[in-house]
Amino acid sequence: MNIIETHSLGKSYGTTKALHDCNLAIPEGHVAALVGPNGAGKSTLLNLAVGLAAPTSGELSVLGGYRAGSLPALDGIGFVAQDTPLYKNLSAADMLHLTRNLNRHFDQAYAEARLAELGIPQKRKAGKLSGGQQAQLALTLALARRPRLLVLDEPVAMLDPIARHDFMATVLTAATDDGVSVLLSSHVLAELERVADYLIMMSLGRIQVAGEVDDLLAGHRVLTGPTAEAGRYDERTVVHVRGGDAQAHLLVRSTADDPVPRGWEAHPVGLEELALAYLREPGAAALPGPVPSWDADPAEMTR
Amino acid sequence: MAIGQRDSDRVGAQNSPIEFRLDPASGVPTYLQLVHQVEHALRLGYLKPGDQLPKVRDVVASLAINPNTVSKAYRELETKGLIVGRPGQGTFILATLSQVALPELTGLRRSLRGWLAKADTAGLDESGISALVASELRGFYERRSGSRSSAPSGETEGVA
Repeated sequence: MNIIETHSLGKSYGTTKALHDCNLAIPEGHVAALVGPNGAGKSTLLNLAVGLAAPTSGELSVLGGYRAGSLPALDGIGFVAQDTPLYKNLSAADMLHLTRNLNRHFDQAYAEARLAELGIPQKRKAGKLSGGQQAQLALTLALARRPRLLVLDEPVAMLDPIARHDFMATVLTAATDDGVSVLLSSHVLAELERVADYLIMMSLGRIQVAGEVDDLLAGHRVLTGPTAEAGRYDERTVVHVRGGDAQAHLLVRSTADDPVPRGWEAHPVGLEELALAYLREPGAAALPGPVPSWDADPAEMTR
Repeated sequence: MAIGQRDSDRVGAQNSPIEFRLDPASGVPTYLQLVHQVEHALRLGYLKPGDQLPKVRDVVASLAINPNTVSKAYRELETKGLIVGRPGQGTFILATLSQVALPELTGLRRSLRGWLAKADTAGLDESGISALVASELRGFYERRSGSRSSAPSGETEGVA
């Protein structure tokens, strides 16, 4: 079952195309990371997925075929928006009360147990909680709705390292215990290797990379060798080139079984290095299945 | 670093003699770091047959890592015959890692020391020696696994 599936999805705001021809099929059971520069369309895609906005073109279904924004879709998706918004003047207990009354399902006992475990006093006003506690409260509200998909927009951007670690531990524990699928956008590349097992990269309103992390890492290598010979590589397989006058590093789409030319060394690539390379090459793409219709140079496409 | 050491984390860890750690700078994939740590603990005797490994949930909670990563590490260890998962109970150490017999190990150690002295005399410093050893070690196993996996395809090419 695909937790999110899009076909030629597009979203325009006036004449601005925020999303363009996006094709995605994220299987359930993953912690999927959504990565891309500011303005790439990440928040737009998340807002469409949770039903806060409607597509301009194309299709988007969630939880195995429900239209985004439909009642079963709303019930089955928990969303924590950027900056974990809360009513600052309401106490934690009042936030639970409010959320319980605004939703068809709300597990009050679960929410209270979580707050107790986190040491968040129920009587304290949300605005008086620490940043980490506010984020945890917002997360608790989303999880207590017992969603099948948890969507998080830049959840840890404002948190200190310990709060960030504890927040992600909560998210991942929910994924372990309840099998909740997770889709989160993040700029913290260094953390993704630990957290995500599915990667979606966006650039210029399009999907640039999508796939299971293991497959992506197995399908890319870094080749190091003399700069003078760097040109011999097929342009279609080279994602990114770094190097000086003498030595060059090529990130290429290639598996460990592919032969390495004499004088060159092949290294496996890490997720952060892979993501950085694609961020620096907005025109490159690594997508499964049929290639979407790109305006870009065909040499930059992949199979 | 005492990160994420809430009481809930510690409860599960009591069941296992070891706790995992992660080195993000190592460049080693997370699941392999877990595999290596179990193997290392087996070699050094921290883990014995019958011991329990930390529960997946506890590893996830204390390291904030993807549960599939932990499962993958445990699957790998299970494939190697080192551990066994018992549904509803947990994951347990099955075998100990076969060690080289002590006299043999002493001999290997002695010849390595001799080589190290030669490298030192030749002018290599510590980092130079480690780089050389790491590179040769990698090359050695790559050649070995490479010659094993590519042999059949090489033969067919020869026939054609």
